[in-house]
Amino acid sequence: MRKKWLWFFILLFLGGGAFHLYQGSHQPIQGGIMGASSRAGHLLREGKFPPVEKTTHTEVVIVGGGISGLSAAWQLNRKGIHSFQILELEKQLGGNAQSGRNEVSAYPWGAHYVPLPGPAEVYVRQLFEELGVIQGYDKKGLPRYNELYLCSDPQERLYLNGTWQDGLLPQTGVTNEDRKQYKAFFTAMDYFRGAVGFDGKRAFCIPIDLSSQDPSFLKYDQISMAELLVQKGWTSPFLKWYVDYACKDDYGTHMEKVSAWAGIHYFASRIGRASNSAENSVLTWPEGNGWLVNRLVEKVGAYGRCNSLVYNVEKRDKEVWVDFYDLTTQKSERMICKAVIFSAPRFVASHVVKALRDHPPAYLPAFTYAPWMVANLTVDELQHSQGVAPAWDNVFFKSESLGYVTATHQNIERYPKTKTVLTYYYPLCEGEPTEERQKAIARSYKDWTDLILGDFKKVHPDIKEKLNELNVWIWGHGMIRPTVGFIWGKERKEVLKSTPPIFFAHSDMSGISIFEEAQYRGVKAADEVLKFLKSKGLKQSK
Amino acid sequence: MQVLLLFSIFAISACGMVYELISSTLASYLLGDSITQFSTIIGVYLFAMGVGAYLCQHLQKNLTGIFVQVELLIGLVGGFSSTILFLLFEQVSSFRVLVYSLIGLVGCLVGLELPLLMRILKTHFEFKKLVSKVFTFDYVGALLGSLLFPLVLVPHLGLVRSSFLFGVMNVLVAIWALNLFKQSIPWVKPLKAQAFFYLLVLLFGFVYSDQITRFTEALSYPDRVIYSKSSPYQRIVLTQEGEDLRLFLNGNLQFSSRDEYRYHEALVHPGLSALQNPKRVLVLGGGDGLALREILKYRSVETIQLVDLDHRVVDLFSNQDSLKALNGDSFHNPKVHLAVADAFEWLKTNKDPFDFVVVDFPDPSNFSIGKLYSTTFFNLLHKNVKPEGAVVIQSTSPYVARKSFWCVAQTLDSVDFWTRPYHLYVPSFGEWGFVLASWKPLPLPEKFPEGLKFLNAVTLRNMVNFPPDMAMVKTGVNRLDNQVLVRYFENEWSKFLHY
Ligand SMILES: Cc1cc2nc3c(=O)[nH]c(=O)nc-3n(C[C@H](O)[C@H](O)[C@H](O)COP(=O)(O)OP(=O)(O)OC[C@H]3O[C@@H](n4cnc5c(N)ncnc54)[C@H](O)[C@@H]3O)c2cc1C
Repeated sequence: MRKKWLWFFILLFLGGGAFHLYQGSHQPIQGGIMGASSRAGHLLREGKFPPVEKTTHTEVVIVGGGISGLSAAWQLNRKGIHSFQILELEKQLGGNAQSGRNEVSAYPWGAHYVPLPGPAEVYVRQLFEELGVIQGYDKKGLPRYNELYLCSDPQERLYLNGTWQDGLLPQTGVTNEDRKQYKAFFTAMDYFRGAVGFDGKRAFCIPIDLSSQDPSFLKYDQISMAELLVQKGWTSPFLKWYVDYACKDDYGTHMEKVSAWAGIHYFASRIGRASNSAENSVLTWPEGNGWLVNRLVEKVGAYGRCNSLVYNVEKRDKEVWVDFYDLTTQKSERMICKAVIFSAPRFVASHVVKALRDHPPAYLPAFTYAPWMVANLTVDELQHSQGVAPAWDNVFFKSESLGYVTATHQNIERYPKTKTVLTYYYPLCEGEPTEERQKAIARSYKDWTDLILGDFKKVHPDIKEKLNELNVWIWGHGMIRPTVGFIWGKERKEVLKSTPPIFFAHSDMSGISIFEEAQYRGVKAADEVLKFLKSKGLKQSK
Repeated sequence: MQVLLLFSIFAISACGMVYELISSTLASYLLGDSITQFSTIIGVYLFAMGVGAYLCQHLQKNLTGIFVQVELLIGLVGGFSSTILFLLFEQVSSFRVLVYSLIGLVGCLVGLELPLLMRILKTHFEFKKLVSKVFTFDYVGALLGSLLFPLVLVPHLGLVRSSFLFGVMNVLVAIWALNLFKQSIPWVKPLKAQAFFYLLVLLFGFVYSDQITRFTEALSYPDRVIYSKSSPYQRIVLTQEGEDLRLFLNGNLQFSSRDEYRYHEALVHPGLSALQNPKRVLVLGGGDGLALREILKYRSVETIQLVDLDHRVVDLFSNQDSLKALNGDSFHNPKVHLAVADAFEWLKTNKDPFDFVVVDFPDPSNFSIGKLYSTTFFNLLHKNVKPEGAVVIQSTSPYVARKSFWCVAQTLDSVDFWTRPYHLYVPSFGEWGFVLASWKPLPLPEKFPEGLKFLNAVTLRNMVNFPPDMAMVKTGVNRLDNQVLVRYFENEWSKFLHY
């Protein structure tokens, strides 16, 4: 009898030990799926809202509080217009650039860096001066940046062949032929960076609309980036991986679908320099572009109203009605204004703006958006793996994901706290966006964690033991896709036409989704509104 | 029965061999000097076996019961031997005594085993055959043990797990003997319970040995370790060999009590003696209080603020007698104020600039420490020193890491400091360098506090001269976004011996 008990205990102990050793695999993981709010989307599509209960008046309403909306507000505010409102459906302002924070660090939920702005990015530079990101200019006119915001070294590393290498361009196991093609590729990109068209404009510029209209460059919009590689004889599998990685990184789309013009733009548009940093530097913060959002919110947040889903924008005589549903009180309200800056995406506009709802525009199907999944993992310090030290951006070779960015990288304390937050990026681009979006919504939290941890495990075997919390964010319509023919096609031209008193501002009008474009759209729309109000004011006073 | 019996002899001797090897290996890991360790431990072990064999004659009754008990004890003591050694290494001051007593105990018990077994078995076998069989299997077992040890056990299981494994084997032999000689042993049941309990404990140790090793992680310091602790930031180890006390942080030598005066005199006086009436001094890093000792030699100094990240280092140096003697008990001086904080954070919030700042950080061997040698940090430093004051910065070896050294100097230049690099020879470190930095050029001091052992006006004039093999080289400026210093440092030190 007793002996049996003893065996029972032995087994229990051994089992306990085995469990201890392999713990993690069965422990429930802390966290969940966070956003963005898909309920709002449903409500919009159903279109059933309670009748308006309250009406207020203001000069201008900004629909959507992402970077474009906030930038419009920033511009209005500094030009002396103070009678306006931002309506944002989410709980916080920032759109795709919003961020979160826990006891370990602040971290991004989407956009996480801005490259050094070039001379054409006038508004970006103005903002950066205001925020102390640019601290002055040297004799040559090069901006001096606050060094705390320049991405600290080491910037990037790539996990390839079981070890981490410096930089993202594959170096181990590549042949001389690969290297020759690397060289040819970058020589070509350098050429494009300096190229100027017959109209005297840069071939690949930011803002995109200041680019040359020379057909010898615009023609690249007619083929895909993958085709360009084939045409140029760039067949190196490593180079192909690298270019495809770049397309996924900036456009959330494989190079087979991305316009070659946009693909080249990624490599050739940046000419920003600094007096105190290298050319290819980027600006980043623990919370990513959420830092810029927070600074903008400090300036114009008072004009913002969150949890407000705009469902109808309608021109009525000399005024515009903006009807919105307050998600907290569950009541509808109306704002009557003179002009609207519509800085939510175009697919939203097609449900919200009455004119577009009544006559669905032909350009709509050309606007496609890449879905994304972003996860934030709070972890104890991971074991140091083979190769170079942890960097800001840590990429896994040939992974579906783009790897992760370390939120605490910019900390200057001598020892980063042992815990950190890793932001993991995953463009959902295997299939068509609609299909991927549906698949993403159908996935459970466990499906996501299995996928994420599976990917991490190949590189960091200790990820499960070290994980404290994992939260997932699905961006159903994360980024506009610069598909073949989209950037310089007739559809985009159509949406650029001014349609007072409703002015559009979202970054999807640029065909590529980056901070600089979003800001440019916002500021431009605000300028148009200013002009519009002035002209109306003049007419009224007559 | 015969086969099993012989197998158990086999197992017993393999176990004995393995314990012996484990102890010797461990002792040479922890104490160094493997020839001495191996031969003295084997000697003690064999001698102890002799003692055990001798004692055996005094045992008369219940031989089988005693045999079982002996097996169990060997299993327990042998099984835990390496864990005990690892664990107590850091705590016990006379570690050697512990090693020898432990190995003596195991040897004694193993010495009892064979004679006991032979006496038990003498009724079952013809004596002639018995003797030759027992010894044959004993020697074969020893061979097996000594082969298994280097080829299988150490590489695959590690020392701690191996001892637990062999402990389990001993206990299994005991259990087997219990079953075999049930009739002739009184109190079988309690013995059995004891055996199973030991088995359980040993298996537990085997399974959790990883956790145990993590606790006990062997350290390979040449000298005797008298203190070692891990703080959240670093591993602190203090060693002593004769008069010489040495502090290691993460395995890197910080000072040797024999020649630290050279380092600390050179760190403090060239800067501090050049100032008129310095009152407020800041020390960043330097939780050992040795720089404080030098600074306290100035009457004019009214307050010294020390900022160190790791309170454990400071605690150690403010409480331990031998260390207090070394730093002149400087932490208890009323002029000294202590802040446990990150230097960057502390400087950012400081409002009152200082006359003199001593920056004594570890070498820029990784990216997080490299940030403390960046333009951003030096700019902050600039704001925290008075226009007529000065800063001195520990800047690694200009001989081994020439570019690194000059990179520190040129980074300081780039943020509008006037700089004066200098160097000296510290026997335990080699050639070492510092950079003095201030808003305005400073004179070379001629007068120093009384009683310095190394520094005087003549030495200092030599120190500011750099022979050609350490002369200035043009380098990049170390910024957060390029961290060139860490790259130079890695490169240069990797070519040199690791210390
Ligand atoms: C995963 C991911 C990573 C990215 N990384 C980067 C990066 O590193 N660098 C970079 O420059 N760019 C990055 N981007 C691109 C980023 O989208 C842009 O930089 C920029 O933030 C876009 O701003 P926006 O204002 O044009 O659009 P959005 O951010 O989409 O703003 C639109 C806003 O409108 C709101 N809205 C929508 N419908 C309604 C409605 N009916 N009523 C009220 N409000 C509504 C939305 O909630 C949202 O807040 C990333 C994008 C994603 C998805």
